[in-house]
Amino acid sequence: MSNLKYRIGLIVALCIVSIWALFPRDVKVRQFGADGVPRDVVQRLVPLRKGLDLQGGTYLALEVDESKQAIPADKIPDAIDRALKTVRNRIEGIGVSESVVQKQGNDRIVVQIPGIQDPERAKAIVQQQAFLEFRITDKTQALERVLPRLDQVIRDKGLATTTAAKGTVAAPTQPATSKGLQGLLTSTDTAKNAAKKDSAKSDTSVAALPTGGPFSSLIQQSPSQMPGEYLVDADNAAKVEGYLGLPEIKAAMPPGKEMLPSNDSTSLQGKTYKLFYVVDAKPIITGEALTDARPNTSPLEGTIVQFTLDNLGGRRFKTETGRHVHDYMAIVLDHRVMGRPPIIQGAIGTSGQITMGQGRDIRDAQDLALVLRAGALPVPLRVAEVHNIGPTLGQDSINKGFRAGAIAIGLVVLILLFYYRFSGALAVAGLALYVLYTLAILAGFDAVLTLPGLAGFVLSIGIAVDANVLIFERIREELDRGKTVRTAIDEGFRHARPAIIDSNVSTILTAAVLYQYGTGPVKGFAVTLIAGIAASLFTAIFVVRTFYIIWLNRSRGAQTLSI
Amino acid sequence: MLRILHDTKYDFIRYWKQAAVITIAWIVVGLGFLAFHGLNRSIEFTGGTLVQLQFHQPPQIDDIRAIVDQAGFPNSEITKFGSDTDYTVRAQQHGGGTAASSGASSDTTATIIEAALTKRYASNVRFIRSEFVGPRVGAELSRNAAIAVLISFLVTLIYLAVRFEWRFGLAAVIATAHDVLTTFAFMAMLRLEISLTVVAAILTVIGYSLNDTIIIFDRVRENLRKQRKESLRDVLNRSINETLPRSVLTHATTLAATLALLFFAGEVIRPFAWIMAFGIFTGTFSSIYVAGALLLWIERKWPRPTGAEGKGAARAVAEDRRRSRTESAVASR
Repeated sequence: MSNLKYRIGLIVALCIVSIWALFPRDVKVRQFGADGVPRDVVQRLVPLRKGLDLQGGTYLALEVDESKQAIPADKIPDAIDRALKTVRNRIEGIGVSESVVQKQGNDRIVVQIPGIQDPERAKAIVQQQAFLEFRITDKTQALERVLPRLDQVIRDKGLATTTAAKGTVAAPTQPATSKGLQGLLTSTDTAKNAAKKDSAKSDTSVAALPTGGPFSSLIQQSPSQMPGEYLVDADNAAKVEGYLGLPEIKAAMPPGKEMLPSNDSTSLQGKTYKLFYVVDAKPIITGEALTDARPNTSPLEGTIVQFTLDNLGGRRFKTETGRHVHDYMAIVLDHRVMGRPPIIQGAIGTSGQITMGQGRDIRDAQDLALVLRAGALPVPLRVAEVHNIGPTLGQDSINKGFRAGAIAIGLVVLILLFYYRFSGALAVAGLALYVLYTLAILAGFDAVLTLPGLAGFVLSIGIAVDANVLIFERIREELDRGKTVRTAIDEGFRHARPAIIDSNVSTILTAAVLYQYGTGPVKGFAVTLIAGIAASLFTAIFVVRTFYIIWLNRSRGAQTLSI
Repeated sequence: MLRILHDTKYDFIRYWKQAAVITIAWIVVGLGFLAFHGLNRSIEFTGGTLVQLQFHQPPQIDDIRAIVDQAGFPNSEITKFGSDTDYTVRAQQHGGGTAASSGASSDTTATIIEAALTKRYASNVRFIRSEFVGPRVGAELSRNAAIAVLISFLVTLIYLAVRFEWRFGLAAVIATAHDVLTTFAFMAMLRLEISLTVVAAILTVIGYSLNDTIIIFDRVRENLRKQRKESLRDVLNRSINETLPRSVLTHATTLAATLALLFFAGEVIRPFAWIMAFGIFTGTFSSIYVAGALLLWIERKWPRPTGAEGKGAARAVAEDRRRSRTESAVASR
């Protein structure tokens, strides 16, 4: 009798804990208004976290981009760890609530931004790399020597004949990695900016380079005496950038040199030109060593960003700049040259500055300083995966998932009641507790409910009754052998137990493997499956048994059992 | 008391040859489909960009194709997704030409496609979701999926070896491998797309089928202990018959849940539901016709020593051999 009390006590206690775990509570939700200003709204929500596929949102996976900088394999996990902090800082900076930034495996960062609040901005900030490099411009005029080869490559690819059409295609396919920063840094009107530059510059006529091929005709020697600087008509800049992105062109470049676009432009004789620089492929130092960056203005140089390097970086910077006195040093951010390369007057130590030019908004400098500080990623990252789920799809999936779940439960209940009558009703009561417990486990472990997870839950309802079916069939067999109701129930539970445990443990093992090797929604599926099995084992073996005991106590000497 | 298939005495094992012919034919046909059409892998595995669109009025598919072609992504796959107004556009990663090589592809492809379609359809089109998967991620996923299946086999084998005996474990695992093959054949026939969700479904089928096999084997183990004068073949048949009511009822409830998913849970989950629905059939089939026959074959190939350990089984196997000898003797006479 006391045994029964403990049983009922345990079941009721678990019910209370479950209801408490699932009870709607106030949650602060950050929402973005039409003006883009975040405000916190308090909502009462059932504490079940919905996955991105159910509520809509953006999922990004980032990995080290080794096309820009070779990194030894054993260094990648460490680099990812450091990049993780940076990305986390940035995501927290935009203030989307419930965003997740975590490492996946050894070499990937996963960013989940739930809700469609401002995915474009979030994406821009994450993708923004702020990968800072200092490179020496080329003074050997290496480009001139390979121009015929570059022309030949373009002709071979058959791009020259369709230059007009290709130009339009190339334009939107500019490197997206620099999209964010480029937007920040060129937000001032190019023409206006260029006009200012113009007045400060000597007005020399532009001379086309000797050969008239499809590539070389687009590129002009700069009238300034800066080594490695070239001009491209602003209208053709996108096309040239597109060409430069081609692997064949990259291969045909002079060894150890690279041609990069600048965010700066200049104007000569009323025409606007984009600047391009041929620079050493190998940087003298990268932004890895950067410790601080602050915006400032200087009466002489206009808007500037002052930066500080750590001791080690400073030392390296000093030796390198010492070796390159009187050379020009391009400041390269995300593969784009910032401003016009300054000349190195002497060895530079731990601090230096990026000159953004006269007339540039101080806010541009602030943004650049922020990105550099918060920071510069230790390694360039590339987006390996993007999933963007609209909120309507999520809501639709939830509705359909719940409808399917309700229908599934309805069908299962019908089958149980029809086939097992009274005992079936006990199983149905157990099933109700099963649903409650499973949801509570999910809420308690802060598991994320995904669409496959929802499917797994619906499915586990079908499987959950298996344990009861096994037990009921055993009880029937025992009754067939002429045992009394009480013994038959006891024996039924006892004989069914090994089969129930063996079969469920094997399913849990499969689900655990799925959890280990799955990602995102599939992991959610594994979690719901495991939670479901755990709850079903308890309800089928323990709860339904308790129900039987209660029934046996109330109707003493029952001769028949409705099963 | 309502009872179906109570106290049956079907000779399941007798039909193992017919069952083998059916199942091997099924797998061969499925592999034929696979060889003919190739594996239909989702972008999670192949890499690329996918954009799902919803139109208010059903559009002309040729129209969409022309726009996507013009946007610079020829050879994109444009497919209806469920209803007449839902479409997916799937572009290869390198469709954009120069962008991919500079490592910048990310989701620009999706953005370009969206922009081009908005220009033409304006408010008639809505973007439901977009996905971009890089090639390395895809390759990794394929490997992980294969590893997951293999590890789950290994783990199960070890568990069953500990709980039962290696002979049972081996039979169960081979029977389950059979389910993976028939499920693949089924997917090839329906031309279902292999996605992560589908991998999850296959693993669920593995779990389900094992479940079923284990419950029958559990009965076999129990019946062997009872020391009756019965051959292993008869023990197997009896065990399957005894668990038949349970099988029918559990399959009914699981199938009911699966059908609810198939018909009411929406397009995204449908491939999953299809595989589960098939999995229930193949899981049941393999537990009854494949696992039992395999166990018999394994017991004959590696007869157990007649000791105190596994006495019942050894006796049953010996009984089996004795009877097959008399049968062949009768036949030769």
